[in-house]
Amino acid sequence: MQEFTQQLINGLSYGAIIALIAVGYTMVYGVLRLINFAHGDVYMLGAMFGFYAATEWFGLDKHPSWASFFIVLIVAMVLCGVVGLLIEFLAYRPLRNAPRINSLITAIGVSLFIQYGGQKLFGPNPRAFPQILPNMTGELFTVFGASVSKVDALILGVTLVLMLALTYLVLYTRTGLALRAVSFRFDTASLMGISTNRMIAFTFVLGSVLAAAAGVLIAVRNAKVEPLMGMLPGVKAFVAAVLGGIGNIPGAVCGGLLLGLTEVLVAGYLPKGSQYKDGVAFVILIAVLLVKPSGLLGKNTIEKV
Amino acid sequence: MHRIARFGLLLVLGLVAPTLAQDIVVGHYGAMTGNSASFGISTDEGIRLALDGINSAGGVLGKQMKVVTVDTQGRPEEAVTAVQKLINQDKVVAVLGEVASSNSLAAAPVCQRARIPMLSPASTNPKVTKVGDYIFRSCFIDPFQGPGVAKFAMEDLKLKRFAVFYDVKQAYSTGLRDVFIKAVKDAGGEIVADESYASEDVDFKAQLTKILNTKPEAVFMPGYYTEAGLVFKQAKELGLNVPFLGCDGWDSAETLTIAGAAGNGNYFSTHYSPEEDRPAVKQFVDAYKAKYNGKTPDAMAILGYDAMNLMADSIKRAGGTAGKDIRNALKDTKDFPGASGTFSIDADRNAKKSIVVLKIEDGKTKFVKSVAP
Repeated sequence: MQEFTQQLINGLSYGAIIALIAVGYTMVYGVLRLINFAHGDVYMLGAMFGFYAATEWFGLDKHPSWASFFIVLIVAMVLCGVVGLLIEFLAYRPLRNAPRINSLITAIGVSLFIQYGGQKLFGPNPRAFPQILPNMTGELFTVFGASVSKVDALILGVTLVLMLALTYLVLYTRTGLALRAVSFRFDTASLMGISTNRMIAFTFVLGSVLAAAAGVLIAVRNAKVEPLMGMLPGVKAFVAAVLGGIGNIPGAVCGGLLLGLTEVLVAGYLPKGSQYKDGVAFVILIAVLLVKPSGLLGKNTIEKV
Repeated sequence: MHRIARFGLLLVLGLVAPTLAQDIVVGHYGAMTGNSASFGISTDEGIRLALDGINSAGGVLGKQMKVVTVDTQGRPEEAVTAVQKLINQDKVVAVLGEVASSNSLAAAPVCQRARIPMLSPASTNPKVTKVGDYIFRSCFIDPFQGPGVAKFAMEDLKLKRFAVFYDVKQAYSTGLRDVFIKAVKDAGGEIVADESYASEDVDFKAQLTKILNTKPEAVFMPGYYTEAGLVFKQAKELGLNVPFLGCDGWDSAETLTIAGAAGNGNYFSTHYSPEEDRPAVKQFVDAYKAKYNGKTPDAMAILGYDAMNLMADSIKRAGGTAGKDIRNALKDTKDFPGASGTFSIDADRNAKKSIVVLKIEDGKTKFVKSVAP
C-alpha cells in the first residue's frame, strides 16, 4: 500500500508537468486547428531562461529563497510569452490562410530551429540548474507512509494554481469568452467584432507562459537543463493532449496526469518496465483512440458532407 | 620555357614541402558535447597537455606530433562517423578514444578493418579490446573494477544487502552490473533489487521507490555522471538514505554540481585521486592546473594524458608510422611509467592497474583506499 501510494505521488508529480505542457498544445489546436510542434521547445526555453535568470542575470543562486524562485519563474514566463508571440507573428500568421499542411511543416521547422539554435546559443552541454529554493530536499509530509517531497508538493501546488487561474480566465472573463468564441467558430467570431488575430496571439502567449512554468518546475526538480530537453516531453504532452481530446483544456490535464501515472506504474510494477515505459504511453493512446476517436473528454464533431 | 621551368619548380616545391614538414597526426574521438561531454573534454585536455610535453621535447622520430579531435556527441553512431573521418580524411596513424564503452565498441571495428591502432584511454568494458588485435586500452577492465567495489563494500563498509540500478543503454553499465552481482553472491551477500534506466532519462522515482521498498543497505549504480547526480537527488527526496556505490563513470566534477548536498556519503571507484601522494601525480596535477586555469584534473584527464604519452612512446619504439609497427610496439609495452601508475599491456591488450576508492564528502571527493590488481 505504501509503495503504491508512493508510486501514485511520483506519477502525479510527473504527470503535472506533462499536463502543463499539454494545455498549451490543446489551446492552440482549439483556436487554430494547428499542432504547434515548437511547444516542447518553448518549455526548454523556459528552463533555460530560468537558468540564466538564476545565475548570470541576477545571481540568485547565491540567495536561495522563495522570492528568488518567483523572480526566476516570472522572468521565464514573461520571456517565453514574448517568444510565443514572436513565433505566432513570424511563423504562423503569414500562413494563416495557406493549406494546413504548410503550417504543420512550419511548426516542425520552428521546433528544429529552436532546438539547434538553442544548441548554438546556450551550448550543447547539460548544465546544472542551481538551487534557488532553500531546503528543498527531503519530504514535506507523509500519506499512508508514502512521503510527499517538497519538490513534488511545489510542482503540484504551482500547477494547481495555474490551472485554477486558467479556468477562471477562460470561463469568467470577457477575454475568455472571446477565446471560446474564436475556438467555436473562427469566422463567425470575427463577424461578431472579435479581433481573432489578437485572440490567437493571446493563446500563444498563454500556452507559452504555462510551458515556461513547466520548464522552471522541472529544472528545480531535476537540476539539469539542456537545449534538447524539450523533445521527448513535447511529444508526450502532445500524446496527452490527444488522449484527453485535443482542443479540450480539462482533457489535456487529465491526459497528462493519466500519462504520468501510467508511465510510473509500468516502470514500477511490470518486469523490466522502465525499459519500455515510453512505448506504453503510445499503446494507451492507440487503444483510447480506437474506442473513442475524439479522446477521453473530446466532443464528437459531425462532419456534414 | 623559363616560365614553365619556374612553374615546374614551384609545383615540385609545393608537393615536397608539406611532406617534408609533415607532422605525425593522431586522431582523438570523444564526446565534446552532449550528456557525457565532461568525459571527452577532460580527456582532450589531458591529451593536449601530453602533446605539449612531447613536442617541446623534440617530438617523435624527428617530427612534431599533432592531434585532431572529432566530436562524437557521446553517441555510438556519431563515434563511427568520427573515426571514419579521422582515418579517411585526416589520414591519422593511430586513434585515441572513446571513454564510454558503447562508443568505443561502435568505432573499434572501423579501426580494426583499416588496420589503424586504436587506444582507448578509459573504456573499461572487456568486450572493447576483443574486437580485434589493433584495439588496445590503457586502463583497467570492469571484471576487476566491479568486484573491487563489491569487496570494498562488504569488507570495509560491512554491508550485505545490495540493490543494483543500472543503465540498459550502456555496455559499460550492464557489464559492471553482471560482475558486481556475481561478486556479491560469491562472497555471501544478497541482491535485493535489480532495476534499470536508460541514459538521458530524467525521472527515476518509479524505480527508486521500488528499490526503497526492498530495504537495501546500499545501491550499486554503475552509470555515468549526469544520471548519477539526478538519481542522488531523487533518492533523497524519496527518503532512500543509503549510500550509493559507483564506478569511474561518476568521475566528473559535474556529478557533484548536479547532486549538490545529495551526493554526500556515496563511494565510487576510479583510476586515480588528485590527493594521491606520488611525485608523478603531483607533477601532472601541477602542470594541468597551470595550463587550464587552476582546474583540478579528474580521472579522464590523467587517462587521456597517459594514453597520449603511451601512443607517442609506441610510435617512437615502432620507428615508423605504419599501423602494424605501432600495433606491435603497443603490444610490447612493458612497465610504462604513466602518471596514473606504471603499467604493462597484457596478452588481451588491456592494462593492469590498481583501482582507487573515493568518497563524496561536503561536495568534494576524498581518497579512501587503493586496491591493487
